[in-house]
Amino acid sequence: MILEYPLSKNKVQALQLGQIVSVSGTVFIGRDEVHMRALERRHQGKLLPVDLEDGILYHCGPIMTRDSRGWKVIAAGPTTSARMNKLEPDFIKEFGIRAIIGKGGMSRPTVEAMKEHGCVYLAFTGGAAVLAAQKITRVRGVEWLDLGMPEALWIIEADSLGPLTVAIDAHGNSLYDNVEKEVQGNLEAARLRLGL
Amino acid sequence: MVADLIEETVVQLLRDAVTTLPPDVIEALQYAESCETSEVARSQLRTILDNVDAAGRLSVPVCQDTGVHVFYVTGPVDASIEESICMGVARATEEIPLRPNVVHPLTRENSGTNVAIGLPHVIYYPTGDEFLEITVLPKGAGSENMTSLAMLPPSDGINGIKQFILDTVVEAGGRPCPPTIVGVGIGGTSELAVSMAKEALLRPLGLPNLDPELTILENNLTEAINLTGIGPMGLGGDTTVLGVRICTAYCHTASLPVAVNLQCWAARRATARIYSDGRVRFGRSPFDP
Repeated sequence: MILEYPLSKNKVQALQLGQIVSVSGTVFIGRDEVHMRALERRHQGKLLPVDLEDGILYHCGPIMTRDSRGWKVIAAGPTTSARMNKLEPDFIKEFGIRAIIGKGGMSRPTVEAMKEHGCVYLAFTGGAAVLAAQKITRVRGVEWLDLGMPEALWIIEADSLGPLTVAIDAHGNSLYDNVEKEVQGNLEAARLRLGL
Repeated sequence: MVADLIEETVVQLLRDAVTTLPPDVIEALQYAESCETSEVARSQLRTILDNVDAAGRLSVPVCQDTGVHVFYVTGPVDASIEESICMGVARATEEIPLRPNVVHPLTRENSGTNVAIGLPHVIYYPTGDEFLEITVLPKGAGSENMTSLAMLPPSDGINGIKQFILDTVVEAGGRPCPPTIVGVGIGGTSELAVSMAKEALLRPLGLPNLDPELTILENNLTEAINLTGIGPMGLGGDTTVLGVRICTAYCHTASLPVAVNLQCWAARRATARIYSDGRVRFGRSPFDP
Protein backbone atom coordinates (compact mmCIF):
# COMPACT_ATOMS: atom_id res chain seq x y z
CA MET A 1 0.00 0.00 0.00
CA ILE A 2 1.21 3.50 -0.84
CA LEU A 3 0.46 6.24 1.68
CA GLU A 4 0.26 9.70 0.18
CA TYR A 5 0.42 13.14 1.77
CA PRO A 6 -1.85 14.53 3.20
CA LEU A 7 -2.88 11.61 5.42
CA SER A 8 -6.16 11.42 7.30
CA LYS A 9 -6.76 10.10 10.79
CA ASN A 10 -9.03 7.37 9.39
CA LYS A 11 -6.40 6.28 6.90
CA VAL A 12 -3.67 5.76 9.50
CA GLN A 13 -6.05 4.16 11.99
CA ALA A 14 -6.80 1.50 9.40
CA LEU A 15 -3.13 0.45 9.19
CA GLN A 16 -2.20 -2.81 10.89
CA LEU A 17 0.87 -3.72 12.87
CA GLY A 18 3.42 -5.46 10.65
CA GLN A 19 1.84 -4.23 7.41
CA ILE A 20 4.33 -3.25 4.68
CA VAL A 21 3.74 0.17 3.11
CA SER A 22 5.56 2.92 1.25
CA VAL A 23 5.01 6.68 1.10
CA SER A 24 4.69 9.10 -1.80
CA GLY A 25 4.35 12.85 -2.10
CA THR A 26 5.60 15.46 0.33
CA VAL A 27 7.69 14.28 3.28
CA PHE A 28 9.19 16.51 5.98
CA ILE A 29 12.67 15.56 7.19
CA GLY A 30 13.45 16.55 10.76
CA ARG A 31 15.28 15.21 13.78
CA ASP A 32 16.56 16.47 17.16
CA GLU A 33 17.02 20.18 16.43
CA VAL A 34 13.90 20.51 14.27
CA HIS A 35 11.82 19.14 17.14
CA MET A 36 13.41 21.54 19.62
CA ARG A 37 13.10 24.63 17.46
CA ALA A 38 9.58 23.86 16.24
CA LEU A 39 8.29 23.33 19.76
CA GLU A 40 10.07 26.45 20.99
CA ARG A 41 8.44 28.51 18.18
CA ARG A 42 5.04 27.05 18.98
CA HIS A 43 5.39 27.88 22.66
CA GLN A 44 6.33 31.44 21.70
CA GLY A 45 3.21 31.61 19.54
CA LYS A 46 5.24 31.85 16.33
CA LEU A 47 4.40 30.12 13.05
CA LEU A 48 6.56 27.47 11.44
CA PRO A 49 7.88 28.02 7.89
CA VAL A 50 5.81 25.00 6.77
CA ASP A 51 2.49 23.50 7.87
CA LEU A 52 3.11 19.97 9.13
CA GLU A 53 -0.53 19.03 9.70
CA ASP A 54 -1.51 15.60 8.32
CA GLY A 55 2.08 15.28 7.20
CA ILE A 56 4.72 12.58 7.21
CA LEU A 57 7.82 13.24 9.34
CA TYR A 58 11.03 11.42 8.45
CA HIS A 59 13.64 11.05 11.20
CA CYS A 60 16.68 11.51 9.01
CA GLY A 61 19.82 13.58 8.66
CA PRO A 62 20.55 13.42 4.94
CA ILE A 63 23.64 14.08 2.84
CA MET A 64 22.66 16.74 0.30
CA THR A 65 24.68 18.52 -2.37
CA ARG A 66 23.85 21.75 -4.12
CA ASP A 67 24.56 22.75 -7.71
CA SER A 68 23.12 25.36 -10.08
CA ARG A 69 19.84 23.39 -10.33
CA GLY A 70 19.37 23.26 -6.58
CA TRP A 71 19.66 20.64 -3.87
CA LYS A 72 20.15 16.97 -4.63
CA VAL A 73 19.94 14.07 -2.18
CA ILE A 74 22.92 11.70 -2.00
CA ALA A 75 22.07 9.49 0.99
CA ALA A 76 19.09 9.67 3.31
CA GLY A 77 18.48 6.66 5.56
CA PRO A 78 16.60 6.86 8.87
CA THR A 79 18.17 7.97 12.13
CA THR A 80 17.62 6.56 15.64
CA SER A 81 14.11 7.69 16.61
CA ALA A 82 14.65 7.06 20.33
CA ARG A 83 16.61 10.32 20.55
CA MET A 84 13.32 12.14 19.98
CA ASN A 85 11.45 10.15 22.67
CA LYS A 86 11.11 13.10 25.05
CA LEU A 87 10.00 15.55 22.35
CA GLU A 88 7.75 13.46 20.13
CA PRO A 89 4.55 13.28 22.22
CA ASP A 90 4.37 17.10 22.25
CA PHE A 91 5.36 17.30 18.60
CA ILE A 92 2.55 14.94 17.53
CA LYS A 93 0.02 16.86 19.65
CA GLU A 94 1.11 20.33 18.54
CA PHE A 95 1.63 19.76 14.81
CA GLY A 96 -0.81 16.97 13.93
CA ILE A 97 1.57 14.77 11.98
CA ARG A 98 0.07 11.44 10.89
CA ALA A 99 3.12 9.25 10.29
CA ILE A 100 6.72 9.09 11.43
CA ILE A 101 9.37 7.21 9.48
CA GLY A 102 12.38 6.17 11.53
CA LYS A 103 14.36 3.31 12.92
CA GLY A 104 14.60 1.51 16.25
CA GLY A 105 11.15 2.45 17.57
CA MET A 106 9.92 4.92 20.19
CA SER A 107 8.98 4.77 23.86
CA ARG A 108 5.55 4.32 25.48
CA PRO A 109 4.63 8.03 25.81
CA THR A 110 5.01 8.42 22.03
CA VAL A 111 3.03 5.23 21.42
CA GLU A 112 0.24 6.70 23.60
CA ALA A 113 0.39 10.07 21.81
CA MET A 114 0.07 8.24 18.49
CA LYS A 115 -3.01 6.44 19.78
CA GLU A 116 -4.57 9.64 21.13
CA HIS A 117 -4.00 11.84 18.08
CA GLY A 118 -3.99 9.29 15.23
CA CYS A 119 -0.44 8.72 14.05
CA VAL A 120 1.67 5.68 13.12
CA TYR A 121 5.36 4.77 13.19
CA LEU A 122 6.83 3.30 10.01
CA ALA A 123 10.11 1.44 10.46
CA PHE A 124 12.68 1.79 7.72
CA THR A 125 15.90 -0.23 7.54
CA GLY A 126 18.66 1.70 9.27
CA GLY A 127 21.44 2.60 6.88
CA ALA A 128 19.35 2.05 3.73
CA ALA A 129 20.50 5.48 2.67
CA VAL A 130 21.06 4.91 -1.02
CA LEU A 131 17.79 3.03 -1.59
CA ALA A 132 16.00 5.91 0.15
CA ALA A 133 17.79 8.52 -1.98
CA GLN A 134 16.67 6.69 -5.12
CA LYS A 135 13.04 7.09 -4.00
CA ILE A 136 13.36 10.80 -3.32
CA THR A 137 12.46 12.50 -6.58
CA ARG A 138 12.98 16.11 -5.61
CA VAL A 139 14.18 18.36 -2.80
CA ARG A 140 11.47 20.98 -2.62
CA GLY A 141 13.16 23.17 -0.10
CA VAL A 142 15.05 23.54 3.14
CA GLU A 143 14.40 25.63 6.22
CA TRP A 144 16.61 26.32 9.23
CA LEU A 145 19.81 25.40 7.39
CA ASP A 146 21.66 27.27 10.14
CA LEU A 147 21.16 24.09 12.22
CA GLY A 148 23.54 22.30 9.87
CA MET A 149 22.86 19.85 7.04
CA PRO A 150 21.91 16.85 9.22
CA GLU A 151 19.63 18.90 11.49
CA ALA A 152 17.85 21.20 9.02
CA LEU A 153 14.17 20.92 8.07
CA TRP A 154 14.12 19.46 4.56
CA ILE A 155 10.99 19.25 2.42
CA ILE A 156 11.19 16.47 -0.14
CA GLU A 157 9.03 14.66 -2.68
CA ALA A 158 9.08 10.87 -2.48
CA ASP A 159 7.93 8.18 -4.88
CA SER A 160 7.18 4.90 -3.08
CA LEU A 161 9.74 5.44 -0.33
CA GLY A 162 10.04 2.08 1.41
CA PRO A 163 9.57 -0.76 2.14
CA LEU A 164 8.33 0.47 5.52
CA THR A 165 6.91 -1.72 8.27
CA VAL A 166 4.03 -0.41 10.41
CA ALA A 167 5.88 -0.93 13.69
CA ILE A 168 3.67 1.21 15.95
CA ASP A 169 0.00 1.44 14.99
CA ALA A 170 -2.55 4.12 15.95
CA HIS A 171 -4.11 1.85 18.59
CA GLY A 172 -1.29 1.62 21.12
CA ASN A 173 0.43 -1.48 19.73
CA SER A 174 4.17 -1.63 19.16
CA LEU A 175 6.12 -4.32 17.35
CA TYR A 176 9.13 -3.30 19.46
CA ASP A 177 7.23 -4.03 22.67
CA ASN A 178 6.30 -7.44 21.28
CA VAL A 179 9.93 -8.19 20.39
CA GLU A 180 11.08 -6.95 23.79
CA LYS A 181 8.71 -9.35 25.53
CA GLU A 182 10.08 -12.19 23.42
CA VAL A 183 13.65 -11.13 24.19
CA GLN A 184 12.93 -11.14 27.93
CA GLY A 185 11.55 -14.66 27.52
CA ASN A 186 14.67 -15.74 25.60
CA LEU A 187 17.16 -14.32 28.10
CA GLU A 188 17.18 -17.45 30.22
CA ALA A 189 18.32 -19.52 27.23
CA ALA A 190 21.03 -16.96 26.41
CA ARG A 191 22.29 -17.01 30.00
CA LEU A 192 22.30 -20.81 30.04
CA ARG A 193 24.36 -20.82 26.84
CA LEU A 194 26.94 -18.66 28.65
CA GLY A 195 26.87 -20.80 31.79
CA LEU A 196 25.38 -17.98 33.87
CA MET B 1 56.60 11.06 4.00
CA VAL B 2 55.19 13.46 1.49
CA ALA B 3 52.29 15.38 3.02
CA ASP B 4 50.34 15.40 -0.27
CA LEU B 5 50.59 11.63 -0.58
CA ILE B 6 49.22 11.13 2.93
CA GLU B 7 46.35 13.53 2.27
CA GLU B 8 45.54 11.84 -1.05
CA THR B 9 45.67 8.42 0.60
CA VAL B 10 43.31 9.53 3.37
CA VAL B 11 40.75 10.72 0.82
CA GLN B 12 40.95 7.36 -0.97
CA LEU B 13 40.71 5.46 2.33
CA LEU B 14 37.56 7.34 3.28
CA ARG B 15 36.05 6.78 -0.15
CA ASP B 16 36.71 3.02 0.07
CA ALA B 17 35.48 2.88 3.65
CA VAL B 18 32.16 4.69 3.25
CA THR B 19 31.05 3.58 -0.23
CA THR B 20 31.74 -0.16 0.09
CA LEU B 21 31.80 -2.64 2.95
CA PRO B 22 34.70 -5.00 3.65
CA PRO B 23 34.16 -8.44 2.01
CA ASP B 24 34.02 -10.24 5.37
CA VAL B 25 31.10 -8.05 6.47
CA ILE B 26 29.19 -8.56 3.21
CA GLU B 27 29.72 -12.33 3.46
CA ALA B 28 28.47 -12.34 7.04
CA LEU B 29 25.34 -10.40 6.03
CA GLN B 30 24.70 -12.74 3.10
CA TYR B 31 25.16 -15.77 5.31
CA ALA B 32 22.78 -14.30 7.88
CA GLU B 33 20.15 -13.72 5.21
CA SER B 34 20.43 -17.31 4.03
CA CYS B 35 19.94 -18.66 7.59
CA GLU B 36 17.24 -16.33 8.93
CA THR B 37 13.98 -18.03 9.82
CA SER B 38 12.07 -14.76 10.39
CA GLU B 39 10.52 -13.22 7.29
CA VAL B 40 10.75 -9.66 8.65
CA ALA B 41 14.43 -10.23 9.46
CA ARG B 42 15.13 -11.62 5.99
CA SER B 43 13.52 -8.58 4.40
CA GLN B 44 15.64 -6.23 6.56
CA LEU B 45 18.82 -8.07 5.56
CA ARG B 46 17.79 -8.09 1.90
CA THR B 47 17.23 -4.31 2.04
CA ILE B 48 20.66 -3.88 3.65
CA LEU B 49 22.38 -5.97 0.95
CA ASP B 50 20.49 -4.20 -1.87
CA ASN B 51 21.53 -0.88 -0.36
CA VAL B 52 25.20 -1.93 -0.18
CA ASP B 53 25.01 -2.99 -3.84
CA ALA B 54 23.50 0.32 -4.90
CA ALA B 55 26.07 2.35 -2.94
CA GLY B 56 28.94 0.49 -4.58
CA ARG B 57 27.51 0.93 -8.08
CA LEU B 58 26.93 4.67 -7.62
CA SER B 59 30.06 5.22 -5.50
CA VAL B 60 28.07 7.06 -2.82
CA PRO B 61 28.08 6.48 0.96
CA VAL B 62 26.38 3.25 2.08
CA CYS B 63 24.79 5.15 5.00
CA GLN B 64 24.10 8.87 5.33
CA ASP B 65 25.76 8.83 8.75
CA THR B 66 29.34 8.76 7.51
CA GLY B 67 30.37 9.05 11.14
CA VAL B 68 33.19 10.78 12.89
CA HIS B 69 36.62 9.50 12.04
CA VAL B 70 39.03 7.52 14.15
CA PHE B 71 42.46 6.92 12.61
CA TYR B 72 45.04 4.38 13.73
CA VAL B 73 48.53 5.23 12.56
CA THR B 74 51.58 2.99 12.89
CA GLY B 75 55.11 3.53 11.62
CA PRO B 76 57.57 6.42 11.70
CA VAL B 77 55.06 8.98 12.94
CA ASP B 78 55.81 12.68 13.18
CA ALA B 79 53.88 15.81 14.03
CA SER B 80 53.03 16.63 10.40
CA ILE B 81 50.86 13.56 9.90
CA GLU B 82 47.90 14.91 11.82
CA GLU B 83 47.65 17.94 9.58
CA SER B 84 47.70 15.79 6.44
CA ILE B 85 44.96 13.56 7.88
CA CYS B 86 42.82 16.60 8.72
CA MET B 87 43.28 18.00 5.21
CA GLY B 88 42.29 14.62 3.79
CA VAL B 89 39.15 14.45 5.94
CA ALA B 90 38.08 17.97 4.96
CA ARG B 91 38.66 17.22 1.27
CA ALA B 92 36.81 13.89 1.48
CA THR B 93 33.89 15.68 3.14
CA GLU B 94 33.64 17.95 0.12
CA GLU B 95 34.47 15.47 -2.63
CA ILE B 96 32.79 12.17 -1.74
CA PRO B 97 30.76 13.85 -0.06
CA LEU B 98 30.63 12.93 3.62
CA ARG B 99 27.97 14.39 5.88
CA PRO B 100 29.41 17.19 8.01
CA ASN B 101 28.81 15.61 11.41
CA VAL B 102 31.19 17.45 13.70
CA VAL B 103 29.63 20.03 16.02
CA HIS B 104 30.66 21.95 19.14
CA PRO B 105 29.46 19.88 22.12
CA LEU B 106 27.56 22.76 23.74
CA THR B 107 26.66 25.31 21.05
CA ARG B 108 26.09 22.43 18.54
CA GLU B 109 27.59 24.65 15.84
CA ASN B 110 28.71 22.53 12.89
CA SER B 111 32.34 22.93 11.73
CA GLY B 112 31.20 21.97 8.21
CA THR B 113 34.37 20.01 7.45
CA ASN B 114 34.35 17.09 9.92
CA VAL B 115 37.50 18.67 11.36
CA ALA B 116 37.58 20.57 14.66
CA ILE B 117 39.24 20.40 18.06
CA GLY B 118 39.59 16.72 18.97
CA LEU B 119 38.35 15.30 15.64
CA PRO B 120 39.36 13.38 13.65
CA HIS B 121 40.70 11.32 16.53
CA VAL B 122 44.15 9.96 15.69
CA ILE B 123 45.73 7.15 17.69
CA TYR B 124 49.46 6.62 17.13
CA TYR B 125 51.55 3.50 17.50
CA PRO B 126 55.11 4.55 16.63
CA THR B 127 57.26 1.75 15.19
CA GLY B 128 60.64 1.50 13.48
CA ASP B 129 59.01 0.34 10.21
CA GLU B 130 59.86 2.10 6.98
CA PHE B 131 56.23 2.27 5.99
CA LEU B 132 53.37 4.24 7.45
CA GLU B 133 50.13 2.34 7.97
CA ILE B 134 46.88 4.27 8.31
CA THR B 135 43.56 2.66 9.18
CA VAL B 136 40.32 4.61 9.34
CA LEU B 137 37.20 3.59 11.24
CA PRO B 138 34.30 5.94 10.47
CA LYS B 139 31.86 5.54 13.37
CA GLY B 140 28.20 6.47 13.15
CA ALA B 141 26.39 7.80 16.21
CA GLY B 142 23.55 5.26 16.33
CA SER B 143 25.90 2.51 17.43
CA GLU B 144 28.49 4.73 19.14
CA ASN B 145 25.81 6.10 21.49
CA MET B 146 25.33 2.60 22.90
CA THR B 147 28.92 2.44 24.22
CA SER B 148 29.12 1.23 27.79
CA LEU B 149 31.84 0.91 30.44
CA ALA B 150 31.70 -1.09 33.68
CA MET B 151 34.34 -1.00 36.37
CA LEU B 152 33.51 -4.43 37.77
CA PRO B 153 34.74 -5.76 41.07
CA PRO B 154 37.39 -8.37 40.19
CA SER B 155 35.37 -10.98 42.08
CA ASP B 156 32.66 -10.74 39.38
CA GLY B 157 35.15 -12.48 37.10
CA ILE B 158 34.32 -13.96 33.71
CA ASN B 159 30.63 -14.37 34.51
CA GLY B 160 30.35 -10.68 35.37
CA ILE B 161 31.98 -9.84 32.04
CA LYS B 162 29.59 -12.08 30.08
CA GLN B 163 26.56 -10.70 31.88
CA PHE B 164 27.63 -7.09 31.24
CA ILE B 165 28.14 -7.72 27.50
CA LEU B 166 24.77 -9.49 27.21
CA ASP B 167 23.01 -6.71 29.17
CA THR B 168 24.58 -3.99 26.99
CA VAL B 169 23.42 -5.60 23.75
CA VAL B 170 19.92 -6.28 25.10
CA GLU B 171 19.58 -2.74 26.46
CA ALA B 172 20.65 -1.30 23.08
CA GLY B 173 17.90 -3.29 21.32
CA GLY B 174 17.26 -2.04 17.79
CA ARG B 175 18.92 1.36 18.26
CA PRO B 176 22.50 0.56 17.11
CA CYS B 177 21.26 -0.86 13.74
CA PRO B 178 21.68 -4.58 14.32
CA PRO B 179 23.03 -6.94 13.22
CA THR B 180 25.97 -5.38 15.03
CA ILE B 181 29.55 -6.38 15.70
CA VAL B 182 30.30 -6.27 19.41
CA GLY B 183 33.69 -4.77 20.28
CA VAL B 184 34.85 -5.60 23.79
CA GLY B 185 37.79 -4.25 25.79
CA ILE B 186 38.69 -6.15 28.94
CA GLY B 187 41.26 -4.82 31.39
CA GLY B 188 43.54 -1.80 31.16
CA THR B 189 42.39 1.45 32.68
CA SER B 190 38.91 2.84 32.11
CA GLU B 191 39.84 4.82 28.99
CA LEU B 192 42.03 2.01 27.65
CA ALA B 193 39.13 -0.45 27.98
CA VAL B 194 36.88 1.87 25.94
CA SER B 195 39.62 2.40 23.36
CA MET B 196 40.29 -1.34 23.06
CA ALA B 197 36.57 -2.03 22.61
CA LYS B 198 36.62 0.10 19.48
CA GLU B 199 39.97 -1.09 18.21
CA ALA B 200 38.73 -4.69 18.54
CA LEU B 201 36.36 -3.88 15.65
CA LEU B 202 39.30 -3.66 13.24
CA ARG B 203 39.74 -7.46 13.18
CA PRO B 204 37.79 -8.90 10.24
CA LEU B 205 34.97 -11.35 10.89
CA GLY B 206 36.11 -14.92 10.47
CA LEU B 207 39.63 -14.14 11.65
CA PRO B 208 40.08 -15.82 15.05
CA ASN B 209 41.43 -14.10 18.13
CA LEU B 210 45.15 -14.68 18.66
CA ASP B 211 44.19 -16.14 22.05
CA PRO B 212 42.27 -19.43 21.45
CA GLU B 213 40.44 -19.08 24.78
CA LEU B 214 39.11 -15.70 23.69
CA THR B 215 38.02 -17.14 20.34
CA ILE B 216 35.84 -19.62 22.24
CA LEU B 217 34.45 -16.80 24.39
CA GLU B 218 33.72 -14.70 21.30
CA ASN B 219 31.88 -17.57 19.64
CA ASN B 220 29.90 -18.42 22.77
CA LEU B 221 28.85 -14.80 23.21
CA THR B 222 27.82 -14.58 19.55
CA GLU B 223 25.64 -17.67 19.83
CA ALA B 224 24.13 -16.61 23.16
CA ILE B 225 23.30 -13.07 22.03
CA ASN B 226 21.68 -14.41 18.87
CA LEU B 227 19.36 -16.52 21.06
CA THR B 228 17.79 -13.29 22.39
CA GLY B 229 15.81 -12.75 19.17
CA ILE B 230 16.38 -8.97 18.97
CA GLY B 231 17.07 -9.44 15.28
CA PRO B 232 17.97 -7.07 12.44
CA MET B 233 16.83 -3.52 13.31
CA GLY B 234 15.32 -4.84 16.55
CA LEU B 235 12.31 -6.18 14.64
CA GLY B 236 12.95 -9.76 15.77
CA GLY B 237 15.00 -12.55 14.22
CA ASP B 238 17.96 -14.86 14.60
CA THR B 239 20.68 -12.35 13.67
CA THR B 240 21.35 -9.79 16.37
CA VAL B 241 25.14 -9.81 16.05
CA LEU B 242 27.53 -10.82 13.27
CA GLY B 243 30.35 -11.41 15.71
CA VAL B 244 32.08 -10.47 18.96
CA ARG B 245 35.67 -9.17 18.96
CA ILE B 246 37.65 -8.98 22.20
CA CYS B 247 40.87 -7.13 23.08
CA THR B 248 42.51 -7.43 26.48
CA ALA B 249 45.15 -5.68 28.54
CA TYR B 250 46.51 -6.18 32.05
CA CYS B 251 44.82 -4.12 34.73
CA HIS B 252 45.11 -3.02 38.36
CA THR B 253 44.77 -5.89 40.83
CA ALA B 254 41.73 -4.15 42.34
CA SER B 255 40.02 -3.40 38.98
CA LEU B 256 38.20 -5.24 36.23
CA PRO B 257 37.27 -2.71 33.53
CA VAL B 258 35.00 -3.96 30.72
CA ALA B 259 33.88 -1.79 27.83
CA VAL B 260 31.53 -2.54 24.96
CA ASN B 261 31.52 -0.63 21.70
CA LEU B 262 28.82 -1.66 19.24
CA GLN B 263 29.36 -1.39 15.51
CA CYS B 264 26.30 -1.12 13.24
CA TRP B 265 26.04 -3.50 10.27
CA ALA B 266 27.69 -0.77 8.15
CA ALA B 267 31.06 -1.83 9.58
CA ARG B 268 33.25 0.54 7.64
CA ARG B 269 37.01 0.35 7.78
CA ALA B 270 39.93 0.71 5.40
CA THR B 271 43.70 0.53 5.65
CA ALA B 272 46.56 1.84 3.55
CA ARG B 273 50.28 1.23 3.82
CA ILE B 274 52.44 3.99 2.40
CA TYR B 275 56.00 2.93 1.55
CA SER B 276 58.97 5.27 1.55
CA ASP B 277 59.28 5.00 -2.25
CA GLY B 278 55.73 6.35 -2.65
CA ARG B 279 53.93 3.06 -3.30
CA VAL B 280 50.60 2.68 -1.53
CA ARG B 281 48.90 -0.61 -0.73
CA PHE B 282 45.20 -0.54 0.10
CA GLY B 283 43.22 -3.07 2.15
CA ARG B 284 40.20 -3.31 4.42
CA SER B 285 41.90 -4.07 7.76
CA PRO B 286 45.36 -3.65 9.29
CA PHE B 287 47.91 -5.71 7.38
CA ASP B 288 49.81 -8.55 9.04
CA PRO B 289 53.24 -7.46 10.20
